Amino acid sequence: MSDAPPTGPKPPAAGRAGSKRELPERFKAYRHVWVVVECEHGVVHPVSLELLGEGRKLADKRGADLAGVVLAGDSLTAAQTAAAAFEHGADLVYTVTAPILAHYRNETYTRAMTDLVNTHQPEILLLGATNLGRDLAGSVATTLQTGLTADCTELAIDDEGSLAATRPTFGGSLLCTILTLNYRPQMATVRPRVMAMPAREPGRWGRIVEHPLDLAEEDVVTKVLRFIADRESDKAQLAYADIVVAGGLGLRSAENFQLVRALAEVLGGDYGGSRPLVQKGWITADRQIGQTGKTIRPKLYIAAGISGAIQHRVGVEGADTIVAINTDPNAPIFDFAHLGVVADAIELLPALTRAFQAHLSVNRLAG
Amino acid sequence: MIRDKFDAIVVGAGPSGNAAAYTMAKEGLKVLQLERGEYPGSKNVQGAILYADALEKIIPDFREDAPLERHVIEQRLWTMDDTSYVGMHYRSDDFNEEKPNRYTIIRAQFDRWFSGKVREAGAVLLCETTVTELLRDPQGRVIGVRTDRDGGTAFADVVILGEGVNGLVGQRSGLRPELKPDTVALAVKEMHFLPREVIESRFNLAGNEGVVIEAMGTITDGMTGTGFIYTNQESISIGIGCIVSDFAESGRTPYGLLEAFKRHPSVRPLLEGSECKEYAAHLIPEGGYNAMPELFGDGWIVVGDAGQFVNAVHREGSNLAMTTGRIAGETVVWLKRRREMATKANLAEYQRRLEETFVMKDLRKYRRIPDFLHRNKHIFGVYPKLLSAAAQTWFRVDGVDKRAKEKQIFQSFRSGRTLPGLIGDALKLARSWR
Amino acid sequence: MHIVVCMKQVPDSAQIRVHPVTNTIMRQGVPTIINPYDLFALEEALRLRDRLGGEVTVLTMGPPMAEESLRKALTFGADRAVLLTDRAFAGSDTLATSFALAAALDKVSQEFGEPPIIFTGKQTIDGDTAQVGPGIAKRLGLNQLTYVARIADLDPAAGTITVERRAEGGLQVLQTRLPVLITMLEGVNEIRRGSLDDAYRAARAQIVRWSAADAGITELARCGLKGSPTIVKKVFAPQGRAEKVHQVPTADRSADELAADVIAAIFRTQPPLEDDLLRFAAGQ
Ligand SMILES: Cc1cc2nc3c(=O)[nH]c(=O)nc-3n(C[C@H](O)[C@H](O)[C@H](O)COP(=O)(O)OP(=O)(O)OC[C@H]3O[C@@H](n4cnc5c(N)ncnc54)[C@H](O)[C@@H]3O)c2cc1C
Ligand SMILES: Cc1cc2nc3c(=O)[nH]c(=O)nc-3n(C[C@H](O)[C@H](O)[C@H](O)COP(=O)(O)OP(=O)(O)OC[C@H]3O[C@@H](n4cnc5c(N)ncnc54)[C@H](O)[C@@H]3O)c2cc1C
Ligand SMILES: Nc1ncnc2c1ncn2[C@@H]1O[C@H](COP(=O)(O)O)[C@@H](O)[C@H]1O
Repeated sequence: MSDAPPTGPKPPAAGRAGSKRELPERFKAYRHVWVVVECEHGVVHPVSLELLGEGRKLADKRGADLAGVVLAGDSLTAAQTAAAAFEHGADLVYTVTAPILAHYRNETYTRAMTDLVNTHQPEILLLGATNLGRDLAGSVATTLQTGLTADCTELAIDDEGSLAATRPTFGGSLLCTILTLNYRPQMATVRPRVMAMPAREPGRWGRIVEHPLDLAEEDVVTKVLRFIADRESDKAQLAYADIVVAGGLGLRSAENFQLVRALAEVLGGDYGGSRPLVQKGWITADRQIGQTGKTIRPKLYIAAGISGAIQHRVGVEGADTIVAINTDPNAPIFDFAHLGVVADAIELLPALTRAFQAHLSVNRLAG
Repeated sequence: MIRDKFDAIVVGAGPSGNAAAYTMAKEGLKVLQLERGEYPGSKNVQGAILYADALEKIIPDFREDAPLERHVIEQRLWTMDDTSYVGMHYRSDDFNEEKPNRYTIIRAQFDRWFSGKVREAGAVLLCETTVTELLRDPQGRVIGVRTDRDGGTAFADVVILGEGVNGLVGQRSGLRPELKPDTVALAVKEMHFLPREVIESRFNLAGNEGVVIEAMGTITDGMTGTGFIYTNQESISIGIGCIVSDFAESGRTPYGLLEAFKRHPSVRPLLEGSECKEYAAHLIPEGGYNAMPELFGDGWIVVGDAGQFVNAVHREGSNLAMTTGRIAGETVVWLKRRREMATKANLAEYQRRLEETFVMKDLRKYRRIPDFLHRNKHIFGVYPKLLSAAAQTWFRVDGVDKRAKEKQIFQSFRSGRTLPGLIGDALKLARSWR
Repeated sequence: MHIVVCMKQVPDSAQIRVHPVTNTIMRQGVPTIINPYDLFALEEALRLRDRLGGEVTVLTMGPPMAEESLRKALTFGADRAVLLTDRAFAGSDTLATSFALAAALDKVSQEFGEPPIIFTGKQTIDGDTAQVGPGIAKRLGLNQLTYVARIADLDPAAGTITVERRAEGGLQVLQTRLPVLITMLEGVNEIRRGSLDDAYRAARAQIVRWSAADAGITELARCGLKGSPTIVKKVFAPQGRAEKVHQVPTADRSADELAADVIAAIFRTQPPLEDDLLRFAAGQ
């Protein structure tokens, strides 16, 4: 991916992108689509399942297999993760199981991944753009000397059969499509919630290929001393909430932000906000929604007093229904909201909270 | 503390400070310049028209690399009522000369460029450094400045204050009185971006030609002030400003005025489809000659807006700023050459030299204008309305004979403003103009 | 201790505009800034230097005007600035960038002493990939510590470092051996102001400028566009949504009436949502 060309986006590099240069001989055997399935602390990261859904489409288009890659500390975790991978579309799963993989470490994981890639030679390798995925992808790509496109929002196979990875650039003002023509595997990362979660097919199963890891704990320099788990109450469920209510600078004060929380609570949803609210300290950083915060895909997104800057927009476009409350009829958020309300959020939010409360209790009694 | 001692410290990197610092540094003086903005021009606001003459006297070949937007070939003066305007336009191909006389600029870029020249000349510029006070010796002579940074003092033979209109250093140090709300205007300005082809077709321009529109009338809702529209390469600057005390009395907001100005049926089509990316508000000292503070003292000189060097009627400010800055710099160089101290008596040379230039001559000539405009509000409401009505009566062909039309127009002027009132205004204007 | 911080000068993307007709970036007047994430790295480096002694070198690969950002870093208190600039680097993707930076870092080691710690930011706001740090680490064989929230312990004599690293669901406490490459998490500190003396020193400092050859880079095929495996095929503006927003009429409606209208409109747009909500309400 282009690391921000110093003078504007590169012109469509017709010369290079257009030229059908022959793939070097050593890469011709590279086939199939791989997705790294994260299972830190035994929990499968949803982004990996989302990627399997996307990987499935790519594999079908290429007439290739979709493989999950599971690096786990114990066989139970490996088996459970593999099962999840099969249920979400994988044809086969490569597992590397070793106690030294129990906790993520760059050294051990890079080693396991590069070994796997060199042995089984995938054409496409996808990872979630999580802290783990980004840490690992950069090292693997550098070790393998191949191209890596980060934070993609769209993956496709082009007419020549290459992976066309589209990602936002310049803060989301533009999108660019990036190819890795003469190197393999073609690597990409995708942020959580950018792709839709595929339907789970319970009981679906496939082939498991175990791969050994020739690395002993003594040979690993970096040690995990401890893991300090976040307190449950600190965790924002934002990315995976079905209903999200968010506020922006239009709310004018931290006190008014309570109106957002109150509505979210009545709806059983989570709450978040635009970036300036984080900078003002009204909300914590993990509640920021947008390009440099969380991407969300709720069924219902209510944005109160948010202008809808492009950096915010890219984080919420996947929502099924976007309701925008803004006093300014020309606010950019009305360009992508489904329902618009030109009104003062400070008055409307409490009214909405009351009305929802009433609606839900009345209908509950009735039902 | 900076251990080095300087020949001069310049406060501010606007046109006045840059002109002073450049002039001294080029002559080999050791100059420290302090600017509170993130970079020169980051907080500076101007319409902005650059007058070539003042800059040419400092950097003769500035056209080679200065970031100039368009050279002005057409001036429009609009007297507006709510739905129309009566305009005078002057356009001349003569302005497409080899060395054009006026340009539109974007201050953030221009100030940066100018500052680059200052640094090339050898001055040391420190940004994000705010001067908080002047340091004095026991005799009260200014010997340096204190800044808001850790260990923030620096010393020099003379301090030149180019800190702009509401520069607090001079005020806090008692060199200057506080600004009076009836001698300062508050202006707001927006930049609207459009593709250059669109601007050129809308304003009838080719290449780097530019248009300036100055507007007055009901757009200021009876307050003393004017609006402007300037063409840049890929943007349009639009702004409006009024005397601060008028805002206080009327309860109108500058932003509200600008919104209404933009919605005016003669303005809206010019901005159609543009994207507004910048909003700024700034003061303009409009008190003129009569509001001018002391310009120098033991160890200090005031230049630019800080000294009220603005000709509000002609919208000249940056050129006065550059000229006062240059002359202050030349004065300091001259003293240095003669190995004389920057005492109050010696710095009187600054004012003597200024008197020789257009700066003092113009300001003195216009000294009654600010007061006149401020006292005669009908200039901004009644007259534009009358004028528009008259034009409409005159141009509408509706079966009324021309003599009747003349009469109607005359009548409307008389009912809008009594005859003695009309004559009085004309006389007063003529007197203040002298 | 010698610490190096890799910094990038980036356009302030908050102020970037896209030309409505040509879809290209309009850079006119767009200010450049130090990549905000790199400031957390710089501040952490300055704190270590203040505590343990030594020097901080800032390194940037970029066009000549990137010198501005380096000077700014000196204003904050860095001791030395190196600009790696050469036409050969134009169009570098992350792989080519980390190749050039790794070479320059080798040269920095030779010239100014080996750094036990190299910092990068978490990511840039223009490239936004978070790959360059890991890329450098791999090339130089450094132990890689990304998303570091805190340096818990550093013992240069023993050559060990302990950090807290942000991971899914918590913080990993990692111990490893120097030399390391650290990418700092955002928000963990606040860049200092720099004293008047720092500012004065910075304004007059000589910035070290290296071309590819100066940095000892001979394999130009691994630099810039040539050395980049990824290829930008096309650049385009995001598509607007096809359907227009449905505006809920607000004229003459009280807040409560309007709220009822909005709820009705939501359920009309997405009927199953009402059942979901009722189920949630019932569960409470
Ligand atoms: C590199 C970079 C990354 C960024 N990443 C993100 C990101 O991840 N997420 C993000 O959100 N932003 C991000 N931003 C910032 C983004 O550009 C915008 O500045 C930000 O989203 C604006 O926040 P806002 O809508 O709350 O505030 P504003 O733009 O100030 O909008 C406030 C809105 O409230 C309306 N309003 C005012 N009063 C009321 C009222 N009483 N009732 C209803 N409406 C009212 C106004 O009309 C206005 O539309 C990023 C910027 C940069 C440069
Ligand atoms: C809306 C508007 C339109 C205008 N249009 C025109 C026009 O078209 N043509 C024209 O010629 N003039 C115009 N002017 C006037 C012109 O902008 C000013 O006269 C000119 O900028 C004055 O220059 P200056 O250097 O004195 O002050 P400024 O340009 O204000 O510069 C002062 C500098 O000092 C810095 N500073 C202030 N205090 C401190 C401190 N304590 N420590 C360190 N630094 C400090 C400031 O940050 C600033 O950079 C306009 C003004 C406005 C507001
Ligand atoms: N051109 C560059 N010069 C110096 N450091 C860079 C450069 N590009 C990236 N970096 C560093 O690598 C980090 C990650 O960048 P990126 O991979 O582009 O997100 C940045 O925060 C910088 O510290």
